[in-house]
Amino acid sequence: MIQLDQVSLRVGNFHLRNVSLSVPAGKYGVLMGRTGSGKTTLLEAICGLRPVTAGRIVLGDTEVTTLPPAERGLGFVPQDGALFQHLTVREHLEFALVIRRWTRERIAARVTELAGWLGLTALLDRRPHGLSGGETQRVALGRALSFQPRILCLDEPLSALDDETRAEVCSVLETVCEHTGVTALHITHNLAEAERLADCLLLLKDGRIESRHPRA
Amino acid sequence: MTPAPTQSPQARAARRSDRVFFASFGILGGSYLLLLLATLAADLFYTSPGHLWHALQSPEIRYAIRLSLLSCTLTTLLSLWVAVPVGYLMARVRFPGQRLIDAIFDIPIVLPPLVIGLSLLILFQTAPGRALERFFPVTYAVPSVVLAQFMVACAFAVRTMRATFDQISPRHEQVALTLGCTRSQAFWMVVLPEARRGLLTAATLAWARSLGEFGPILVFSGATRMKTEVLSTTVFLELSVGNLEAAVAVSLLMVAAAVLVLLLIRTKGSENSFHRPV
Repeated sequence: MIQLDQVSLRVGNFHLRNVSLSVPAGKYGVLMGRTGSGKTTLLEAICGLRPVTAGRIVLGDTEVTTLPPAERGLGFVPQDGALFQHLTVREHLEFALVIRRWTRERIAARVTELAGWLGLTALLDRRPHGLSGGETQRVALGRALSFQPRILCLDEPLSALDDETRAEVCSVLETVCEHTGVTALHITHNLAEAERLADCLLLLKDGRIESRHPRA
Repeated sequence: MTPAPTQSPQARAARRSDRVFFASFGILGGSYLLLLLATLAADLFYTSPGHLWHALQSPEIRYAIRLSLLSCTLTTLLSLWVAVPVGYLMARVRFPGQRLIDAIFDIPIVLPPLVIGLSLLILFQTAPGRALERFFPVTYAVPSVVLAQFMVACAFAVRTMRATFDQISPRHEQVALTLGCTRSQAFWMVVLPEARRGLLTAATLAWARSLGEFGPILVFSGATRMKTEVLSTTVFLELSVGNLEAAVAVSLLMVAAAVLVLLLIRTKGSENSFHRPV
C-alpha cells in the first residue's frame, strides 16, 4: 500500500498542501495532472528524495516519512532511465544486490531471472550507450525491481518512447506487476497508457487529488 | 539523361554567403594556429640536436627535469584531492555566500602569478607560518615549489571538476540512494566513475599548469640550482646568463613533455570512454 496523509511540501515558491492519496496493496496506481502540478515532486517525496513539511507517508505497513531513501524499500524508475553510464546492463541488475551483500550465487540467479522476464538476456554485457529507449527503460525497471521492493515508483517512464515501444514496455510492466505483486505508482500524461495500466487513477489538480475510475 | 538541376539566384547567394562565413572563421582560427606553429618551428630551427643533447647532459638540467616531473605529479594529485570534494559541494549544495566563495576559488586564475608568489612568501613570514617552518621548512625549499604550483593548478582543477559534476544529473545519485546506497556509496560507486573523463581533464590541466608555472616559484622558492630549480626556472636562468641555445633547448623539452602528457592522457581518456561498446 502507498498512503499519503495530509502531506505538505515546498520547493522554492511552489507549495503542495495537505495532499492525501492511497494505492491499495498490489494495485497499480496512475497519477496524472498538468505539467507543473507537482506530480514528480510528490513522487520524490514518496521516494525520500524531498523532505515533507507536514503529514505522513506510509508504505506497506511502515511509516517512512522521515526515513532515508535507502530504507524505504522502494524501486524508482525515473523519466529518462538515468542509467549509470559506466556499468553494463548486468552490473545495473546487480547493483542493489551488491549493496545488500547478497551472495554471488543468489545475485547470479536473480540477474538471470530478471533478464529473462525483461528480455535483457542478450544485452547483459552492453553498456547504456547505444541501447534503444525501450531497452533503457527495461534496464531501469530491472534495476529498480532487482532487490524485490514492495513498492515501485515510475516517473513518466514511457514518455520518450514511440507508440510501438510504449505498448511493448506496457506489456512488460503488466507482466512484472502480475509476477511480483508490487504496489506501483506511475506518473503519466498519456490517457491511453493510464487506462491500460491503472487499477486506480489519481488526478492531481490545484493541489488536490481526485480519484477517477480508470476506465470511466 | 536527367539534366542537372539549375540553382536559383537566391540559392547561389546563400551558398556564397555560407562560404564567406566559414572562410572568415577559418582564416581567424587558422591565423592563431599558424602563430602557434610558427613559434614552435622558430624554436625548433633555432636549436640543434647537439644543443638538446648538451642540455640533457647538464646535471643541473637533469635535476630540474626530475624535480619538475616529481613536483608536477605531486601537485596534480594534491589538486585532484582538493578539487573533487570542492567541485562536488559547489555543484550539489546551495548555501548562503556561495557566489562569493565561488569567486574566491577563481582568484588564483585571475591574479598575476608574481602576486601569488609574494602572498605565499608573506604568509610564511607570519607567526603561524614561521612556526610551521621551524618543523617543516617550506620557503626556498622543495615543498615551496609544490605549494606555488598547487595554488594555481588547484584553481583550474576545481573549475573543471565543478563543471563536470554540474553536467552529471543528480537523478543518477538519487536512483542510487533508492537502490540502497548511502550518500557516500552513491558518490564513490556512481558519481565519481561517471566523472572519470572530467577527472582526467582536471589532471591534465593541473599537470600542464604546474609545468609552466614560473612567477610564484621564482618569488616563493627562489632559483637555486640543484635545489629549487624546475624547468621553467632553468629557461630563466639560462636566459639571464645569455645562454639562449640552452634556454631554447629546455623550452623544447618542456613543449615535448607537455605534448606527450596531453596526448597520453587524452588517448587514455578516449580508451576509457564509457561510450565504447563492450
